[in-house]
Amino acid sequence: MSLSPTAASATFGAALPDLQATRVAKHYGAFRAVDDLSFEVARGSFFSILGPSGCGKTTLLRMIAGFLEPDVGQIQIGGKPMNRVPPNKRPVNMVFQHLALFPMMNVGDNIGYGLVRRGVAKDEVKRRVADMLERVSLPNSQDKRVDQLSGGQKQRVAIARSLVLEPTLLLLDEPLGALDLKLREHMKIELKALQAAFGTTFVYITHDQSEALVLSDHVAVMNHGRFEQVGTPQQLYYEPQTPFVAGFVGANNRIAGRATEVNGSMVTVTSAQGLVIPARAIGKVARGNAVEAFVRPEVARLARSTEMLSDAGLVHFAARITSLLFDGANSAVLLQEVPSNTEFRIALPQTGEFADLQVGESVAFGFDPTRAVCFAAGETAHAA
Amino acid sequence: MPPDTRTTSRAQAQLMLMLLLAPALLWLVGLIVLPHVELGILSLRERVAPRVYEPSLAQFRTFYEEPLYWHTFVRTALMSIVATAITLLMAFPMAWTIAKIARGRSKSMLFVMCLIPFWVSETVRTLGWMILLRESGVLPAFLVWLGVTPAPVEMLYHDATILVGLVYTSMLFMVIPLISALESLDDSLIEAAYDLGGNGWSILRQIVIPHAAPGIVAGCIVVFMLTLGNYLTPTLLGGKNSQWFTEQIYTQFITRFNWEQGAAFGFLLLGLSTAIVWAGLKLSGQKFGEVMQRS
Repeated sequence: MSLSPTAASATFGAALPDLQATRVAKHYGAFRAVDDLSFEVARGSFFSILGPSGCGKTTLLRMIAGFLEPDVGQIQIGGKPMNRVPPNKRPVNMVFQHLALFPMMNVGDNIGYGLVRRGVAKDEVKRRVADMLERVSLPNSQDKRVDQLSGGQKQRVAIARSLVLEPTLLLLDEPLGALDLKLREHMKIELKALQAAFGTTFVYITHDQSEALVLSDHVAVMNHGRFEQVGTPQQLYYEPQTPFVAGFVGANNRIAGRATEVNGSMVTVTSAQGLVIPARAIGKVARGNAVEAFVRPEVARLARSTEMLSDAGLVHFAARITSLLFDGANSAVLLQEVPSNTEFRIALPQTGEFADLQVGESVAFGFDPTRAVCFAAGETAHAA
Repeated sequence: MPPDTRTTSRAQAQLMLMLLLAPALLWLVGLIVLPHVELGILSLRERVAPRVYEPSLAQFRTFYEEPLYWHTFVRTALMSIVATAITLLMAFPMAWTIAKIARGRSKSMLFVMCLIPFWVSETVRTLGWMILLRESGVLPAFLVWLGVTPAPVEMLYHDATILVGLVYTSMLFMVIPLISALESLDDSLIEAAYDLGGNGWSILRQIVIPHAAPGIVAGCIVVFMLTLGNYLTPTLLGGKNSQWFTEQIYTQFITRFNWEQGAAFGFLLLGLSTAIVWAGLKLSGQKFGEVMQRS
């Protein structure tokens, strides 16, 4: 997967992408649900579309599945154009948000449904259903009713029902949304393992960044009907290309201000409250520009004295703790930088060093300026 | 809480329950159970002399031996089944449109349009059909004007006319349980079936109908019972040819003043409708309790 077709062919050589969208758009009146989108998904990869609700990801998925026709543009699946091909004739299957298992059929009939519709012989259907159930670790559950299955088992049946048809592309519409947290964590691992085992190209849509980051080979961050950035999870996290991506992927502290000094790629940002921080510019930032800077909570370091931070070569600030957010390994503190009262969220290291931290305590924090990023605010103002 | 207060409060709760149930029980016992017991006794006796009655099965023997009664009985059952089937076939697309296709205002508009005919009484509705269909009526005149028929045709007093009237009268009772059954069908099930290679017909047969089955059976039971026990529509639209079993019952009670025979016929009709509803439930594999929750 890549931003441009040329880069894609360079990366993947002659292999045809399983999914190719060319300038696809869908408008509802003046609302652009999907706005002039072009992308490719390489064969056998796990591709996620990540975006907030209303960003157009469901519309895009339904156009790929064939439930909606794009107003303009073309979608190619496995190299064949799909315009005006109905969903039941496309080499694509979908796992629905609430799975949509047929409650009037048992597990075996659910999985065999598509094969029977294709006219596969009875014995062959039976054999392939049994085989598929084996592969998703539910052997011999053909005769179970759907409501006898647990949430995770239903998930596997829904995926098996689609994969038994050996589609070119499997679409997944937030299938983990209805599960509780523990099971969701477990199913993430299982989904990734299933995808690796089957080698089918998965296109997964979600609003949950952790699902997208954990599962995918490539993630497209979608907003207002467009892809803000497409890249590996690491690229999105470490090298966000737009303020929207910086704010949406992972947690971030956002500081709006002006670039008061520009030195190569390093920019000094001064906020309206008088906070001065250095950050690495992404894209063009000129002196005097309005900018947005982002500092990740886990990039910043907390310390009781400034010496530790300056010894490590970090820029540092004095601060007062305003709130302790204890959440085990994800614990954080909210603090205010002392002269400017700018609020920061900073990850709390679980080394025990800060176990006795109190609200109101004076501390110091610092970060490596090259790991803070900043963007000129004007260019993608709509994204923030 | 001390035990004696608990007993009093339980007694109070029981009294409350009895009071709440009282109207329903009065209605059930006074208007349904008692008259049926009385009719049951009537049907099982024979008048041997003025004011002298003997227990006997003579009433049922008469029914068995007289072909006209038999004929009417079977005809009523068959016509009712046909009317129910036609109602189902016509109501299903209507219910589908209201439940799945129409949205917002048009949905409630369509539903109200189904309901409006029921704002007038059945008599008036049936008379309306007579105005439309009689020889000097609207439809025959229209056919003459179109040149389809050279002279006005009498459209009343046919079996088809009776069916038209019965279907029209019953439509709402089929549409409502169907709408509620279809509305509860998740659209994504249909999409999933379509996505997995299903087409319109196979989805209807394998997904929609199995899901809507309790609603379909509920509607069919209600419509069948209403049709079988209908008196007005067959009599007015079918005239002398209608030969509806309720007319036989009416004749025995009112014209012949033969209450024993009328009561026996009443029980035969009750037995018939029970048997056919039971057979329908068995054939469709539905459970009575489940179905009745939907109607």
